[in-house]
Amino acid sequence: METLEQIKCRIEAAIPGVGLDIQCNRVVPGQASLVVPPARALEVARFLRDDSRLALDYCSNVSGVDWLDRVVEEHVRVTRLVDGQERVFEECRERRVPGHLEAVYHLYSMRLKHGPVILRQRTVNRVDQARLASLTPVWRSAEFQEREAYDLFGIVFEGHPDLRRILMWDEFRDSPMRKDYVEPDDYEYEPTPHDDLREKARRHYPIEADA
Amino acid sequence: MDEGLRSELSRQGVFATTIQDLYNWGCRNSLWPLNFGLACCAIEMIAASMARFDIARFGAEVFRPSPRQADLMIVAGTVTKKMAPQVVRLYNQMPEPKYVIAMGACAISGGPFKRGYNVLKGIDRYVPVDVHIPGCPPRPEALLHALITLQEKIASRKLTGPSRARAFQEEAPGEFPVPEYGPYDLVPAKNTDLWRPKPITRNE
Amino acid sequence: MNRRIPEDVLIEALSTGDLVPESPPRAAVLPRPDKAPQAEAEASPHPISRDDSEGALLEVAVGPHHPSTHGVFRMDVVLDGERVVRLKPVFGYLHRNHEKLGEGGTYLAAMPYTDRLDYFCSLTNNWAYALAVERLAGLEVPERAEYIRVITAELTRVLNHACLIGFLLQELGAMGTPIMYAFREREKILELVEALTGSRMMCNYMRFGGCRCDLPNGWIEACRDVVDALPRFLDEFENLLSTNEILMARTQGIGVLSSELAVQAGVTGPMLRASGVNYDLRRVDRYGIYDRFEFGVPLGAHGDVYDRYMIRMLEMRESVRILQQALRAVPAGPIINPKARLRGFKPPVGEVYGRIEAPKGELGFYLISDGSANPYRYRIRPPSFINLTILEDMCRGATLQDTVVILGAVDIVMGEVDR
Repeated sequence: METLEQIKCRIEAAIPGVGLDIQCNRVVPGQASLVVPPARALEVARFLRDDSRLALDYCSNVSGVDWLDRVVEEHVRVTRLVDGQERVFEECRERRVPGHLEAVYHLYSMRLKHGPVILRQRTVNRVDQARLASLTPVWRSAEFQEREAYDLFGIVFEGHPDLRRILMWDEFRDSPMRKDYVEPDDYEYEPTPHDDLREKARRHYPIEADA
Repeated sequence: MDEGLRSELSRQGVFATTIQDLYNWGCRNSLWPLNFGLACCAIEMIAASMARFDIARFGAEVFRPSPRQADLMIVAGTVTKKMAPQVVRLYNQMPEPKYVIAMGACAISGGPFKRGYNVLKGIDRYVPVDVHIPGCPPRPEALLHALITLQEKIASRKLTGPSRARAFQEEAPGEFPVPEYGPYDLVPAKNTDLWRPKPITRNE
Repeated sequence: MNRRIPEDVLIEALSTGDLVPESPPRAAVLPRPDKAPQAEAEASPHPISRDDSEGALLEVAVGPHHPSTHGVFRMDVVLDGERVVRLKPVFGYLHRNHEKLGEGGTYLAAMPYTDRLDYFCSLTNNWAYALAVERLAGLEVPERAEYIRVITAELTRVLNHACLIGFLLQELGAMGTPIMYAFREREKILELVEALTGSRMMCNYMRFGGCRCDLPNGWIEACRDVVDALPRFLDEFENLLSTNEILMARTQGIGVLSSELAVQAGVTGPMLRASGVNYDLRRVDRYGIYDRFEFGVPLGAHGDVYDRYMIRMLEMRESVRILQQALRAVPAGPIINPKARLRGFKPPVGEVYGRIEAPKGELGFYLISDGSANPYRYRIRPPSFINLTILEDMCRGATLQDTVVILGAVDIVMGEVDR
């Protein structure tokens, strides 16, 4: 199979102005991934499926990933006036990088028996713009898996034929697989709490030493 | 009737018993379980009903698909919050006298999945349980042991008097409220009339 | 209705050989009558507008408590008389938050949970997870452990397929006998598994870089006895079932799945191969040491329920072949890579997707490591969940009782579907 760089070049030639990115993977060779802008994801997916040298007819796995907001420390050089003289200072500034949600697609070819080619789509943020393009029109196998990502991560897939909750009940109002999900507190009876459950149980049963 | 007279009569070929004993004897030897598997434990429940372990030896091989025809519910597997209302509904639909075996760690307390957001931490929050079998999953022999334990419990059951079994008390509830799906959890999260765990005090 | 399998076709199918040709001989090539014209008319795109229908559609929820749904699975079926117009599967009644729990614990702590995914095949689940982590951490597996893995995985495959056929026949109304036969074999295999791992169902046997414990004394001989007796069981099973009039009438031409749709919908495993697509990960990925064994990949020609049944029968025979070869060649040596660390195991930053051919299809694990002891993302690609994508397509136009059979032949286990 072609390398991911070659695939990227061919996609960019076929779909002008698509703006792809490669996210490298140092530990597992052959499993680097292609970051696709959601607006053009459907075109890229169609190309990958229909191109005769790739023929990625089989979308094996669709997975949601949650990346929390991060705080990055940056060292910035600042010039300031001190006692009438300009001096260069090095300052440590914290910059907040907004988190995002991600959908990862693992593509294989059943006809040519090669793969994987990994696609990633990223949302703008985790809150109000968690929208991605659904690739279900290209690969049916993404149908339930995208529903699952919608249910558990809250990623809205535009163009999905039937986007409903799949694992949790319809009335449920949260995205439990997100990293900041707080589960309902039902640890009122924990005869042998351990690890992080100890804290939860403590709320219900003050341990005698604390009380 | 005293024991001496009874044994004397039986020597003469007269079988004497009480209604209570006869009723309990019939009841305990023809338990009809509900054909109701939730998860992994259900496979061991099926194995228990197959040739090697042969639950038919204990009169409990008639697995009924309908709760209306069953008097024993074997909660075999993890009860999730999504499934819990259905389990309670099935229990409510069973005729009295009815019994529940909580099979496996998950049905007892959530087991290995206890930390899951969608896992009910023990079915006895919503229905009364008669026998708990630990194990993940319990072996078929353990299920047979639970069945025998339940049979012993039925054998010693009283039909009349103040200490009579729950099924024969008019005021005792035979049905329990079905929880509803809420926005974050089941509503209510437990049946407080039923679920009264022992208070825990602990010193570290 | 008088359909028979010519024996020579069966034998040809069995000897598919080690190398899969470009267009392999199709297994289970059975003479079949053309589709009944009446059924064709009823399965037309407009099944509702029939004269005898009174225009009233009936909505039935089959499950989550239903004896034929293989656990707590629900199908919301819209019926026009007996015919299925629409079918929506409803999942989640056994959603045990496996992925969340996997992310909350260390890499090794997720291993016991994988047992409970597809609780018939805990050993292949272990293998899939171990394989993914080994790729992530770059661990080699010693020879002996590879052999043990192949042996246990193929035993699991036999066990799974036998039980599935038992359940399928149970759904056809054969209460008792086939499933009793299947569970009789299951007990024999479980005794081996218990002797090896200490547990009947939840084995928790594989470790990153090998296996947890070595074979006990006499295990190979005991296993060989069981394996040598399997062909006799398979003959008996096939004599009982394969040419059974009712089985053929109820399954041939039912739930037909075209190979194009199967590929498009990501169907894997015996279901895909029953539709005639030659895609077996044991051959494609050659993971473990599967390139050392001679075995055939049976393929179906019709893609109906009968082919799915037949493929599983034939796969069991191929598994027996692999087992016989593997049991002859188990080498001595360590069972775990000495470099593998049980405690303080932290793979490097990166991600991996590892997959194996589980009895039900492609079981994959997608792991993202952030360099800590816990996986940042722990995702399971469950074969039986994705195989259900096309359940509605297969069932539309079928009768309700056929739906049960079609679902049975998909081979789902809810622990894996809902996780």
